[in-house]
Amino acid sequence: MTDIIQTRAEKDVELLSFRIGEQEYCVDIMSVREIRGWTRATPLPYSPPHVKGVINLRGTVLPVIDLSVRLGMDPIDGREQNVIIVVSVGGTTAGLLVDAVSDILTVPREEMQPPPEVGLDPSARCIDALLLVDGKLIRVLDLKVLLPNDARDVA
Amino acid sequence: MSNDPMAEIRASFFVECEELLESLQDALNVMDEGAHDAETINVVFRAVHSIKGGAGAFGLDELVSFSHRFETVMEEVRSGRLDPTPEAIKLFFLTADLLQDIVRATRDGDAAPPGTEAVLAALETLLGEDGLQPEEAIDFAPMALSFDFGVTTAPDDAEREPGWSITFAPEAGLYTSGNEALLILRSLSQLGAATIRCLIPDDLPAPTGENAETPLLSWHVTLRGDVTEGDIRQVFDFVADVCRIEIAPLGHDAGLGGDLSALVVDAQEDATATVLDPAAAPPATDMGQTDGANAEYAADAPAAGRSSRAATAGAQATGANEPAATVRVDLEKIDRLVNLVGELVINQAMLAQSVEKAGIGHQSDVMSGLESFMMLTRDLQESVMMIRAQPVKPLFQRMARIVREASASVGKEVRLRTEGDFTEVDKTVIERLADPLTHMIRNAVDHGLEMPERRRAAGKSPEGLIVLSASHRAGRVLIEIEDDGAGINRPKVRDIAIRKGLIAPDAQLSDSEIDNLLFLPGFSTVSEVSALSGRGVGMDVVRSAITGLGGRITITSAPGRGTRFSISLPLTLAVLDGMVVQAADQTLVVPLSAIIETARLEPGNIHHLSASGEMMRIRSEFVPLFDLGQQLGFRDARHKAQSGIVLLISQEDGRRAALIVDAIMEQRQVVIKGLGQSYGNIPGVAAATILGDGQIALILDPADLVRAGTIPSHSDLKAAV
Repeated sequence: MTDIIQTRAEKDVELLSFRIGEQEYCVDIMSVREIRGWTRATPLPYSPPHVKGVINLRGTVLPVIDLSVRLGMDPIDGREQNVIIVVSVGGTTAGLLVDAVSDILTVPREEMQPPPEVGLDPSARCIDALLLVDGKLIRVLDLKVLLPNDARDVA
Repeated sequence: MSNDPMAEIRASFFVECEELLESLQDALNVMDEGAHDAETINVVFRAVHSIKGGAGAFGLDELVSFSHRFETVMEEVRSGRLDPTPEAIKLFFLTADLLQDIVRATRDGDAAPPGTEAVLAALETLLGEDGLQPEEAIDFAPMALSFDFGVTTAPDDAEREPGWSITFAPEAGLYTSGNEALLILRSLSQLGAATIRCLIPDDLPAPTGENAETPLLSWHVTLRGDVTEGDIRQVFDFVADVCRIEIAPLGHDAGLGGDLSALVVDAQEDATATVLDPAAAPPATDMGQTDGANAEYAADAPAAGRSSRAATAGAQATGANEPAATVRVDLEKIDRLVNLVGELVINQAMLAQSVEKAGIGHQSDVMSGLESFMMLTRDLQESVMMIRAQPVKPLFQRMARIVREASASVGKEVRLRTEGDFTEVDKTVIERLADPLTHMIRNAVDHGLEMPERRRAAGKSPEGLIVLSASHRAGRVLIEIEDDGAGINRPKVRDIAIRKGLIAPDAQLSDSEIDNLLFLPGFSTVSEVSALSGRGVGMDVVRSAITGLGGRITITSAPGRGTRFSISLPLTLAVLDGMVVQAADQTLVVPLSAIIETARLEPGNIHHLSASGEMMRIRSEFVPLFDLGQQLGFRDARHKAQSGIVLLISQEDGRRAALIVDAIMEQRQVVIKGLGQSYGNIPGVAAATILGDGQIALILDPADLVRAGTIPSHSDLKAAV
């Protein structure tokens, strides 16, 4: 039983895919804590432009990142259909504001291709791998790069 | 911690040690101030003595031998054979510090700190020719049974007073019915001056399982004072039928007294083993457990007379100020309570808001019920916060030690005076204050105060003074460190800052701006400071530690007269009273403690100072005017407010500023939520809170906000953007 799970885990990756504008992205589902509807975020003064602000997640203060801005695109307006994906990586928890969640994908690990060396575009560093699903290109995001580095670096 | 009961007892011994060390420091401080009264010296003696006693019980030899030698010297002081000169007291402080180190090292299983021999040797030279008696073996035979029952033994001249001779012999029923001879004897001794002797039969059998419940001991009490027989009988009310009591007026039974003295156990009789044995002699054992002072007897058997005196003194002290009953609680449990109450406050606010939304009138029962609920929540919260609050005294005592060590290493004479030791501050604040405070105290000794010669030349006492004070002010805690040294050498500070490229060579800086340069990162470097305070940390680290606690630090200095650092800290890290305001469509919370008053802004009141600087006239005073929305970057800088509401805020240094807001929503208590460090320290923002509608609002730090606007070299701001 355990063996089966392990081999499965080694072979397949489960990903949560979502949409920003016309593009498809996904993150490792193991880092996803929950998905929330859009709530107005309280802006933080003097914060980087991609930091949408902070929201109340059951009594704790959760920073929300506008993923579109983070990836160098236009800001997301913040409408009812937008969602916030709460992710947690290495002790840092944050919300990612995206246009809409699309699907949960289970793909064999070997299908994930490393991104080509595109060089200068800073947003490219956030992309961990590329996937082709039904002829569509999906970018797998590296959350460690996306999330604010924790206090050690900043404070 | 393990489940080993011994480990638990051991742990509680170390907790006790800390308390004893604290009272030791206290008493030494009193002695240092010139009070050499017997009681103070006794406190020192007793603290050392109790540590030794406890350490002996746990077989902590190192601790025993050190405290024993310390105790011996203190005994000399107590008996008046050694004069506590200032030099001697200095040495006592040093010894007490070492004792603390040894206690901690023993507790943590570390090696003993070095230098104990040197200190002990110095200590013993005080004793002169006689030196020390060789260390007496500590064993646990309670040889002298000079029990003390919580009152002073009657002095000799009291023998002429009227009194009673009481013989009290428990019968089997007394112990089986749950009575306790010790308690009875204690009540007796509360009636008057009591001399209690334990009568131990010569043929006391060895303890066995069979005779465990057989009372074998009896007592003879000489009670002096204005006591009636009825009073004495009353003490025995509950046990009259299970013991033998003889009460006779004194003087009528001289013969009996003489007989009794023959029975009094002297020392090292065969009885001793029995007395310690729990089974055979229930009364004696119970005393050992109940009366903490008795543990001391066990450890201090050889010097019978001395120990009885020590214990008498101990009893006096406990009698004089009955310690308040306390409970030791896990901090974790308290924190959970604090969090829960915090959630309750948020919930109550949400409830209030939905009731209002439902259109229920203010006169309704629901509303009045909600109001009393609100008051209860508030009381509850305050009570919970009180649990976390602790006096700053232990922290200050640590600083006293730092002063001693630091002054010794740089060859300065420094006296530390503490004020407001009992000011209570949140435990976390105290803990996190220790490092910055240590650093500042070291700085004060090292840089603040001059060498004795220079002080003399300047017409000051060669002994430098550092005053460390704590007080509550305007809902915050103010901690000040003041020295009477030379003050900040401003030209030198300026030179250093220019050399390090922190300011432009032609910068025009006011005195206070120059003083504040000390806080800039990179101002202090190892080459700039001595070995004592130079650890590669500058005052900028101190400042960020203080800011991290929601506090602020300011500096004032007068050339030739000294420097003062003021640290202002929030009382608690959990809640604050705030004013909820709106600015540029954002809801923000301003701590109420920072607001002096609110006023309406009229266009006629605005005065331009420069192109961008504006002032506002409030009565006869001009204060700088800031737009809150602009300060936080929520609003375009070109926006010119012509009207609105201003909050007049105060800074620690007493300067004022006015903040323009769009509207004041309400005044309420908010629960402080950390913003996390993800985006660094945001200037002007202290924390966040959750409002009744579930939205997060930022809690501002107005003084920081205004400072961010006034000081040009605000590096924090640049760093964060």
